[in-house]
Amino acid sequence: MTTLDEIINNSRHDSWFARLKNLQVFWVFIAAVLACLALSLMTDAFTSERNLFNVARNFAFVAIIAIGMTAVIASGGIDLSVGSNVVLSAMVISVAMSGGMGFWLSAGLALGAALLVGLLNGILIAYAGMPAFVVTLGSLSAARSLAMVLSDNKMIWEFGPDHGRLLWIGGGSTFGLPHPLYVLCVLTVVMSLVFRWTRWGQHLFAIGGNENAAVLAGIPVRRLKVSIYMFSAMTAGLAGILMAGWLGSVTTNLGQGMELTVIAAAVIGGANLAGGEGNALGAVVGALLIEVIRNSLILLGISTFWQGMFIGTFIIVAVAFDRFRNMRR
Amino acid sequence: MSRLVFSGISKNFGAIQALNDVSLSIEPGEVLGLMGDNGAGKSTLVKIIAGNFRPSTGELSIDGKSVVFHRPIDAQREGVEMVYQDLALADNLSAASNVFLGREPLRRFGPIRYIDYKRMNTVSADLFKQLKSETRPRQLVRRMSGGQRQAVAIARTLLSEPKIVMMDEPTAAISVRQVAEVLDLIRRLRDRGISVILISHRMPDIFSVSDKIAVLRRGRLVCHKLVGASSPEEVTGLITGAIDAA
Repeated sequence: MTTLDEIINNSRHDSWFARLKNLQVFWVFIAAVLACLALSLMTDAFTSERNLFNVARNFAFVAIIAIGMTAVIASGGIDLSVGSNVVLSAMVISVAMSGGMGFWLSAGLALGAALLVGLLNGILIAYAGMPAFVVTLGSLSAARSLAMVLSDNKMIWEFGPDHGRLLWIGGGSTFGLPHPLYVLCVLTVVMSLVFRWTRWGQHLFAIGGNENAAVLAGIPVRRLKVSIYMFSAMTAGLAGILMAGWLGSVTTNLGQGMELTVIAAAVIGGANLAGGEGNALGAVVGALLIEVIRNSLILLGISTFWQGMFIGTFIIVAVAFDRFRNMRR
Repeated sequence: MSRLVFSGISKNFGAIQALNDVSLSIEPGEVLGLMGDNGAGKSTLVKIIAGNFRPSTGELSIDGKSVVFHRPIDAQREGVEMVYQDLALADNLSAASNVFLGREPLRRFGPIRYIDYKRMNTVSADLFKQLKSETRPRQLVRRMSGGQRQAVAIARTLLSEPKIVMMDEPTAAISVRQVAEVLDLIRRLRDRGISVILISHRMPDIFSVSDKIAVLRRGRLVCHKLVGASSPEEVTGLITGAIDAA
């Protein structure tokens, strides 16, 4: 209440360790490290090179989209259509490539298709003023259906003349690290900088904090929102392309239910569903934690049916954690 | 020369006469306390100055120049700034980010342009110092007191060297000590030669900080005079209609 209390409070917050302690990323990272330690003690398989490689690659797909999701959530929205966008993008690239097109052109088409879904989401949300939840729920259904129409619901495993390149890009590795991980690293660094140092990033957080204030400050809120949903769609499209290359075959159930994992990763990493908070690194660490848990269930021989239980509990715990922190404030 | 002159301003929305032939003027460095009951036309008057509405009849002039505002941005270009009742701040951002929201200074690094946080922090620290407010640029607005929030909202308006600052109920819903802080902020604006239009329901605030007082009742200006020539009792009577005009 009083200024004196606040000054005392703030000077305490200013020490770097105290600040670190308040960061959700920090705790989630600790949790992930502890889980890794426990796993390496309990099983021999976890630390095997093959398993670590798999973990690194698997979490990269979720993490890439979780960065896009973080932008959406930080702006006060939600994007449920990412899972369907993954399959749409993967299907566009595989249909195009199996039709004889080259990799780059097909990848462009795939990203274009994903961006189009994002554009539509954004326009309906920003200009028509419809709730993000409803709009993206609709495109979740529509985009997957489109992928089915496109492929006639068949599996595609022949990718034409550039077959090898697609598989190398999505499933290959350089210096022992899977390629999706490189994509993720670049995206994390770039988006961390963009969130902090560009007007786009600042305005995104301003919209999430107080949309009315952003409008009054003359920020082009509508245009910005459209670009945010397009960015989220782009990350999903990117993941779709990489997943097509990794799996070597694309079916229409690719990415089903992925939106939940992605949202969980973003929220666990500190994105506030009420808007205004979130960061790229947090989304990555959140995705890592989820993948480590998933991996541990398999390695420990626990039924994968439990996976949803863990992820669900994690979301609730992460939100509860946030609530608790705000209450103390 | 008067800073702002209203001559014969009327505004009607269909059959509803929100403002009826209002004429008043404000000098540079003067605080005008604008009072009236709900629906008396205060917010219509303010919105005409801020460029949200155009008057049905009458003329508005700033520094002797007749002006017509089509949009709020036109009013801002003429040096009219508004501090909104809910302050329009983003809680999750720092004080400096809020001061510069939508107007962030950029620096170039090759083809890349990034936000100049250093400049934002020094400029807002300077503005807070001018306002004699203990607000630090890096502090999150969420952790601030009501008075500090007002300082941030006011510092925002100072960024563009305004001529007229309008404040809508700046002392509503804050503690007594913070009210004093906000009234001091208003005096600092006045000392800089800025004309302040203060809308408030709180009689003591109006009387402690205003030079002139204007009372609206059912769209008509029923009082426009120096504070010294009036009294809270008279103003209350004017607002309620117990006194017809003064």
